[in-house]
Amino acid sequence: MDAVQMLGITKQFGPLVANNKVDFELRKGEVHALLGENGAGKTTLMRILYGLYKADSGEIRVNGKTVQIHSPKDAIAYGIGMVSQHFTLVSPLTVAENIVLGFNPGLRLDPKQVNKNVDDAAKKFAIDIKSTSLVRHLSVGEKQRVEILKALYRNINVLIMDEPTAVLVPQEVDALFETLNRLRESGLSVIFISHKLFEVMTISDRITVLRDGKCIGTVDKKNTDERLLAKMMVGRETFGVQRDSEACSGKPLLKIQNINARDKKGLLALKDISLEVCEGEVLGLAGVSGNGQAELASVLSGILKPESGRVFLNDQDITHLDPQSISKAGIGRIPEDRHAGVVGEMTVAENLTLERLDEFLKNGMLDRKKIKTHAEAMIKEYQIKATPDIQTRKLSGGNMQKVILARALYTQPRMIIAAQPTRGLDIGATEYVRNKLIEQRDRGAAVLLISEDLEEIRSLSDRIAVIYEGRIVGILPCNEATEETLGLMMSGAKEVANEA
Amino acid sequence: MKLKYRLVRSPAPAWFSALIPLLAIVVTFAITSIFIIIAGANPFEAYYYFLIAPLTSKIGILEVLVKSTPLLLTGAAVTIAFASGYWNIGAEGQLYAGAVAAAYLGTALVGVPQPAAVIIMLLGGFVAGMLWGLVPAILKVKLSVDEVVTTLLMNYVALFFVSALLNGPWRDPVSNWPQSPTILANTMMPKLFPPARLHFGFIVGILAVVAIWFILSRTGLGMRMRSVGMGQEAARFMGVKIGRTMFITALISAGIAGLAGVTEVAGIHFHLIDAISPGYGYTGIIAATLGNLNPFGAGAASLFLGLISTGAQSVSRALGVPTFLADVVQATLLLVTLAMFLLRNYTLRRVE
Repeated sequence: MDAVQMLGITKQFGPLVANNKVDFELRKGEVHALLGENGAGKTTLMRILYGLYKADSGEIRVNGKTVQIHSPKDAIAYGIGMVSQHFTLVSPLTVAENIVLGFNPGLRLDPKQVNKNVDDAAKKFAIDIKSTSLVRHLSVGEKQRVEILKALYRNINVLIMDEPTAVLVPQEVDALFETLNRLRESGLSVIFISHKLFEVMTISDRITVLRDGKCIGTVDKKNTDERLLAKMMVGRETFGVQRDSEACSGKPLLKIQNINARDKKGLLALKDISLEVCEGEVLGLAGVSGNGQAELASVLSGILKPESGRVFLNDQDITHLDPQSISKAGIGRIPEDRHAGVVGEMTVAENLTLERLDEFLKNGMLDRKKIKTHAEAMIKEYQIKATPDIQTRKLSGGNMQKVILARALYTQPRMIIAAQPTRGLDIGATEYVRNKLIEQRDRGAAVLLISEDLEEIRSLSDRIAVIYEGRIVGILPCNEATEETLGLMMSGAKEVANEA
Repeated sequence: MKLKYRLVRSPAPAWFSALIPLLAIVVTFAITSIFIIIAGANPFEAYYYFLIAPLTSKIGILEVLVKSTPLLLTGAAVTIAFASGYWNIGAEGQLYAGAVAAAYLGTALVGVPQPAAVIIMLLGGFVAGMLWGLVPAILKVKLSVDEVVTTLLMNYVALFFVSALLNGPWRDPVSNWPQSPTILANTMMPKLFPPARLHFGFIVGILAVVAIWFILSRTGLGMRMRSVGMGQEAARFMGVKIGRTMFITALISAGIAGLAGVTEVAGIHFHLIDAISPGYGYTGIIAATLGNLNPFGAGAASLFLGLISTGAQSVSRALGVPTFLADVVQATLLLVTLAMFLLRNYTLRRVE
């Protein structure tokens, strides 16, 4: 009998269908990976199982019986525990206190007894942690172990782990996998959410792939490989547009040399990245999300300071310039998160001028006429459905993106950095943005296109670089970059000599 | 068929925003009526004295403006800070710093003609307020120390500093009261309609409101300030220097709050006392919030709060209810308005 069955689960957030009739089955004593790109609906599905969200429709069965799970409390009662990406520990308290918090019968707390219970549990599950340590003294890996023990202490038999390796260094990942293996042997079922193919192939028995909220299929690890999984994960549409590819023909404009940078958590996100983007070409940077693309875009936009390495535009060192100077040096920037690229509460006209505000000032005063004329011209040229005075947050995603596009492109920059420029846009807006990028290339600008959409990368790029775990694992001319090669490279299974 | 309604998270229609102040006042009075009844008065009568009576005489109206003067300034100070993402809770301390400067200059500017003396007093107060706001501003920009905590704590430092001055070196040698010597006649704010108390400080207050409106909505600096307040991440992406902008914001805000200290010393009390401000710095936060961080909104709220505090005295004289009822009304009004602002994010939808 299956430990958990989820049947026809559908969940909508406004117009977004996060889960679309998803079926998912978990056997007893297996590690079952839930694989998919960011936004594929993995976490939503598991949050429904753990009672954090309520499904719009669908059925959940635990040990064959249909159940209603309204809250995490219900879930725990049915033996389901979850360790989320962000830990929910109270750092000044001890490990034991954190573990019994909310699970201590009665008012009285006997520290000795509690410590002994927790130490016994740790021993039973072979989790290496001391009950009396203060949580704030623990490393990230140890904190995760506390979270796992906290779940196990509640007598669960299904453990959901949401991207548990995202915060860990490689040695800690090994330790985690050992723990999971032992738990599996003791009969626990584990759901392992991940978008990393390598990990999924290492730890799981079966793999369910989600894409765009739909269940693509469940496969046994024995019968699959990383190439097949990559295909399932990124889709297998045929690509309509194929471009003649040329090697870098113009002269190199943007030179990235040996960049190392850390992400917000302090982990090394970019490892010795070197790339060149030439005039008149689109260089596509492909990769599964979370492999360093966001950090690279931040470094190039002047938001994130690299630890080492240099960036040159022509021969100007722009490594340590602030965003304004980078913009003035001739780089047009389209940020990954468009809501972090415009101030939603400000008007369209204001957002169109803020980046180059000095051009719109007269003795420090706003030149309101010029600002308005500029906004009207941009709205017309970029077909933005808006008025200059409307608050930008009221625009649709596509129109908001056009505001950003207009701001980035009107100065005719020599270099354009476009991070996920069409994410979440409808077909019309996507088409528009892509055409604009090609237009820039054709007038001789260099374009760095960072995207998780393989179809987009393949139809727009002259050359394609692939990033995996913060490294460039290969650069290919577009015509050599088949979907399969890219999929393998994106999953870290294959490296290509950087010669193209 | 039975109709059901449900609150849905989507912006309320525009007319609701316009109605908020009126609705907030009505709800506040409904709630505070309970306390008035407990105090043994008729709520309708009480509210007549609260809101209407002060406006029935010229002297009453002028008194409302007197009470509003410091609030216009602290309200403007808080508004420009909050609108720019700098949570300055320290207007109270900055006011005291301005008051100390006024008390000092007021005895030092011997023989300076009044117009020049008044301007020097105001400048001195502005600079003193700025200096008082400097430490939290530097800590915020250089070390990301939360300005809410530092500006708040600086208020107590200011209060005890003033207390130490008044009980030590500045104690009035004539009366031996803990108050500074009376300031010179040429440094006093001119009265607008003598013999009424209303003084030039009121004009300064109005000018401050207009000035912050102008800065925020008409200058490049103001646009950068607003962008930091409304979307710091995006502002940084667009090249706004966050630290620098916040620093300037903090100093302007603190300076304006310092002016409130000058107007109270040189317009009302004519010497520095411990109780120069019954919390004007904090009431300024209320004014800014009631005004939804709009300069003119904050100005209007300051006038209204001035009316309430004047009304509290007339209602207490007429009906014998305690004057701190005004504080209760103020606090309730703030909470109700905040709740109303929250409601703006919802609409009532009919479901079948």
